[in-house]
Amino acid sequence: MEEESPKRILYAKKEMDAAVTDVARMIISEFPAESLDSLAFLGIQKNGIPFSARLLAEIKAITGKDLESGTIDITMHRDDIGMRKALPVIRETNIPFDINERIIILVDDLLQTGRTIRAALDVVTDYGRPDLIRLAVLLDCGSREYPISADYTGIVSFSVPPDRKIEVEWEEYEGTDLVVEIERLPMNR
Amino acid sequence: MEQRWTRKDLLSLEDLSDWEINLILDTAQEFKKVSQRKVKKVPALRGKTVVNFFIEPSTRTRISFELAEQRLSADIINVSASSSSISKGETLLDTAKNIEALQVDLIVMRHSAAGAPNFIASRVKSGVINAGDGAHSHPTQALLDLFTIREKKGKIKGLNVSIIGDILHSRVARSDLWGLLSLGANVTLAGPATLVPREFAKIDRVKVCHNMREAVEGADVINLLRIQHERQRAGFFPSINEYSNVFGLSKETMKYVKPDALIMHPGPINRGVELDSSIADGSQSVILEQVTNGLAVRMAVLFLVAGCLKND
Repeated sequence: MEEESPKRILYAKKEMDAAVTDVARMIISEFPAESLDSLAFLGIQKNGIPFSARLLAEIKAITGKDLESGTIDITMHRDDIGMRKALPVIRETNIPFDINERIIILVDDLLQTGRTIRAALDVVTDYGRPDLIRLAVLLDCGSREYPISADYTGIVSFSVPPDRKIEVEWEEYEGTDLVVEIERLPMNR
Repeated sequence: MEQRWTRKDLLSLEDLSDWEINLILDTAQEFKKVSQRKVKKVPALRGKTVVNFFIEPSTRTRISFELAEQRLSADIINVSASSSSISKGETLLDTAKNIEALQVDLIVMRHSAAGAPNFIASRVKSGVINAGDGAHSHPTQALLDLFTIREKKGKIKGLNVSIIGDILHSRVARSDLWGLLSLGANVTLAGPATLVPREFAKIDRVKVCHNMREAVEGADVINLLRIQHERQRAGFFPSINEYSNVFGLSKETMKYVKPDALIMHPGPINRGVELDSSIADGSQSVILEQVTNGLAVRMAVLFLVAGCLKND
């Protein structure tokens, strides 16, 4: 069965947990304790949300602080509407705080082309003018098409063949924590 | 597997399954938030061209569509009957083909003839959205009604909805009916016997009645339709006054209305005819919220339909 499956496991739960802790520590170390309260996390729909929740839990475990968070959906800001096989479903954008003069930590599971982050920056700036925007990703797979890089990266994995792509499975959605490499279907990346 | 929208046109709610209607309503919920933001515009339809092809006069629907298109960053052209070559004798299909030849992505169409948008949709590559055709269909009006009911009541399934007025000539009544039945509501159609076809009573979960008290008692939603003066001239009822006395929602008939029932009207209202002025402005009225929601629903429909056009 294993050979027939086009899915290859790259990282297991243990490595994902370690990556979450690493990223949480990187964020805390950049900001002095007294400025932590001005941080606010925005998870990008939908896989940025479990990562964002885990970062918040980790930061609370380390510092005792409950930081504010929200979700954003980038579908309305995509530049490929009509070019995809199926129209993506719009999920909830919920920013329950004023983002002006805040330090926004954008959170997503993967950084690939950079196009999602480009759209996410548009969404955030439509809501106001944060003092600072930082990007946290669980995994950077290095196939950049836009000049965008992450400020905090859990795992770097640059060796993905062109006919394959990386996906993160989250316990919250798929029932398991895994980073997998799967076949890239044409026209539906 | 999540179900995805695959239609290039929106012509009637009769064509849609319940999950498609719910997908539009869910999408509209997110678009409603766009209009509450500081920057009330998203680039979703940037580079797309929309023609508002209104062969029958309309103010509120056209404005609502136009604003929805602007908030989605589309480029817009407005064509009305008097300003188009239709007044010079060009056929509808030729006009539509000319619009298509200009690489227009979407045609939003209002026409006095039932079926006109269906006729055009099957003959052009552009997406077609029906903005009201004759007495046939007005899908975005029904969708904004459904959105408003769902938002206010938290559900649609099992609700008792009464639609009161000129059911015979109303595309709003027909579209509301299909949408409500699809999502599981019970519908009462009420009005003068001349304006409420009995045929409708043959449909499961539909009741027909000609008595205002019976129509409003127990209703969770009361949707009052506009009475057009020309119907009185055609003899469907004796006088506007009489209509208002028998089928107008007055302070008197409000006694039978549940205190949490929603009062709806697609507009424009004839104050004192379909409903008493104080009820139109009262706490149970959601008439202006319908207008607000209409914008969100139209943004959602434009977005979904535009996303299914083939780029070639």
